[in-house]
Amino acid sequence: MKKSLLFTLFLGLIIPNVQAQEDLLSLLENDSTPDSTVVYTEASFKTTRVVNSHSLENTAPGVLDFKINHRFGEINTGGYEMFGLDQASMRLGFDYGVTERLMVGIGRSTWNKTYDGFVKYKVLRQSSGFKKMPVTLIWFSGMYVNSLKWAEPDRENYFSSRLDYAHQLIIGRKFTEGLSLQLMPSMVHRNLVENTDVSNDVFSIGVAGRQKITKRVSVNAEYYYVLPDQIQDIYTNSLSIGVDIETGGHVFQLMVTNSTAMTENGFIAANTGDWLDGDIRFGFNISRVFTLVKPKELKETGSDW
Amino acid sequence: MRLLILSLIITLSSTLNAQSKWFTRSGQIKFYSSTPVEDIEAINNSVSSVLDQATGNIQFSAEIKSFVFEKALMQEHFNENYMESDEYPQAKFAGKITNMNEVDWSTPGDYEVMIEGKLTIHGETQEVKVKGTFRVVDASSLKAKAEFKVKPEDYKISIPDIVREKIAKEISVTVNMEYKPLKR
Repeated sequence: MKKSLLFTLFLGLIIPNVQAQEDLLSLLENDSTPDSTVVYTEASFKTTRVVNSHSLENTAPGVLDFKINHRFGEINTGGYEMFGLDQASMRLGFDYGVTERLMVGIGRSTWNKTYDGFVKYKVLRQSSGFKKMPVTLIWFSGMYVNSLKWAEPDRENYFSSRLDYAHQLIIGRKFTEGLSLQLMPSMVHRNLVENTDVSNDVFSIGVAGRQKITKRVSVNAEYYYVLPDQIQDIYTNSLSIGVDIETGGHVFQLMVTNSTAMTENGFIAANTGDWLDGDIRFGFNISRVFTLVKPKELKETGSDW
Repeated sequence: MRLLILSLIITLSSTLNAQSKWFTRSGQIKFYSSTPVEDIEAINNSVSSVLDQATGNIQFSAEIKSFVFEKALMQEHFNENYMESDEYPQAKFAGKITNMNEVDWSTPGDYEVMIEGKLTIHGETQEVKVKGTFRVVDASSLKAKAEFKVKPEDYKISIPDIVREKIAKEISVTVNMEYKPLKR
């Protein structure tokens, strides 16, 4: 009996001392409120495009991204055309992050004098912590207006004939700090096609990825396989290989590609270049971001003393 | 029987003693880098800290990913390229208040305190000495404030030449805590 009392006494003296030595922050971990932080995976790609395709990234909310995309002519045009550098195909565009999940954008391309607009929504976001999600899933829809003069102005022409649409699912994962991969089942719909042998709907599957080689430089590649018997034989599958270089506020993307168009309706469903024939082009994308809406944390600079 | 009561009293009183701890999960740490080219500010409003009033031991933990920048891209680069926050998710401080006896817990007021300890950022630990202020408000509120400077190179945070002029050699850090009693 006495022994057990002494033991209690001993405990009473010793326990607080033991507690004082322990990791104080661990006292918070055992608290009744479980740790509910969700860590969303960031920086799967340096920017919102792999090369031509949309990547797993969106522009952050409140941020406007001005994109200047440029493709030179085909390398196999020879020395007279300075291996393509004399020619240019452009897309100028603005992307804007509305929320963490939603990005919208507009653009104008040289190719077919196309105006385009798109909506890109993150249905699932790769995350760890309290909520674990292995992949990011994105819904992308774009609309394209060809504004070339009518080929046959005497015929009755409809505005709807100028319209193309593209819908994509982008499923991807940042596997490691350096490696991200994505799959892109895609459907392009053309309201008007060349003849009755080709289909208005073009189904394809794209793959893309990036591997970082330093903290600020990555190598990217993307490829689209168009399922057979949908488009004319003159068209080819798009293959692009690029390098992303990030310098603070800018991301430069340099690439070689067999695609002239920088919109989905073009580089998926109307791609003419053939890598084996040397119909490849140099090109670059420049991205410059502007913060239009400050994060709310920075607005309230809260300290009352 | 007397012995039992005595031992109970001692157990209870020592437990009470151990309860004199303060905590917060929503402390604020701000940092500020100022150069002629660019001013950069970031804020973290979810810093955890525990202070043991009895021993003067104090600890902080801040999630690197919780620092918010005005420019989202800067925030991404801060995590991806500078702090490597996937590898080193937290910054931590564990130290001791050396002049705890100068704080009169029963009298509301401001007390200057000296804090010594180990600051760990980007996986690198450095000994630091910081001057801070405690504001004793009442039995349920204690505020604390400190300001100090941190050199990125001390913590092996590499800054490439291309942005060297945009990032200060010394970063000013401001700590603002509002503690509540830790009851358990």
